[in-house]
Amino acid sequence: MTLLPYLLAAWLFLVGLYGVVTSRHLVHLVICLSVMQSATYVLLLAIGYRSGKKAPIFTAGVPVKVGAVDPVVQALTLTDVVVSVTGVALLLALVVEIWKRAGTVDPDRLRRKES
Amino acid sequence: MSRNVRLGLFAAAGAMLAALLVWGFTGLPAFGDFQGEYGWILNDAAGHERHVTNVVASVVFDYRGFDTLGEEFILFAAAIGVALLLREARDDRERPRDEVRSDAVRAVGLMLVGPTVVVGLYLVAHGYLTPGGGFQGGVAVAAGVVLLYAAGRYRAYSAASPHGLVELAEGAGAGAYAAVGVAALFAGGLFLENVVELGTRGTLASGGTIPILNAAAGLEVTAAVVLLLHEFLEEVMYPA
Repeated sequence: MTLLPYLLAAWLFLVGLYGVVTSRHLVHLVICLSVMQSATYVLLLAIGYRSGKKAPIFTAGVPVKVGAVDPVVQALTLTDVVVSVTGVALLLALVVEIWKRAGTVDPDRLRRKES
Repeated sequence: MSRNVRLGLFAAAGAMLAALLVWGFTGLPAFGDFQGEYGWILNDAAGHERHVTNVVASVVFDYRGFDTLGEEFILFAAAIGVALLLREARDDRERPRDEVRSDAVRAVGLMLVGPTVVVGLYLVAHGYLTPGGGFQGGVAVAAGVVLLYAAGRYRAYSAASPHGLVELAEGAGAGAYAAVGVAALFAGGLFLENVVELGTRGTLASGGTIPILNAAAGLEVTAAVVLLLHEFLEEVMYPA
């Protein structure tokens, strides 16, 4: 079935979103967010795949005529991973600050504290 | 909003989103049959235009090098942001909680430090020839430094990654990337244009500015990851 890799991306996105919606702990929420983001890696790499082709690395002995999977989406995925990691780091630092100030990292309790 | 209302809302919205995604995916090129011209052209051209064997590296550090400049500064800004959020005035004379772990963990951890750093440096150095590159290798080098901590020696980790030096390396990595771009302007080219001698394909001396930008990214990523982990570890070591 040719739609399967794309459906995997959709599944990852939705399952991550479910985690974000139902989260009871901010660290868990941040990790769920990174699960959602990993859907974009799967989607990008799935789009750029070409049946039977190898990685776009033409070392000695590999003729260019053979062709390879799309290098552009792979470079985009690399950027995506880096941005995701930095986002997670920044969010986790915010979670540490929230813990220090509010004494809880349960999103529901945080809201009750405000009111 | 109660939990049940929220779940109900998610069920409705999630189902709609899932339907929209599936509908959208059926319009994408069939899996394994992507015909993006840009990718085909680059696969053909990167070898003789830029003398590199890893086309992905040529996209990251040359054809779309300007994007990577932005990416470098995102990493830089995030690391500085974490440092700003977490750093507090700490009394350095206070002895950190340096837990003693099992001898096996300590021995294996310390044994792996050297090889991990070497593998990381190899990944950075050969990034434009074989799979790897500044970003991937940088994380591996940083992992080697972190192993010092895993081996149960916070002070050794701390000594191997002094704040000043790590921050200097981070700034230098991000700055060097931009500086290469500006240097191309002075050499009579466009910003980030590849103006250096391209060298022999398949050797370390190939790719023009790609190895320089690759090394700058490696330095930046290593320093940023070490800095990030440093800030988080200090939270554990010196609890408020």
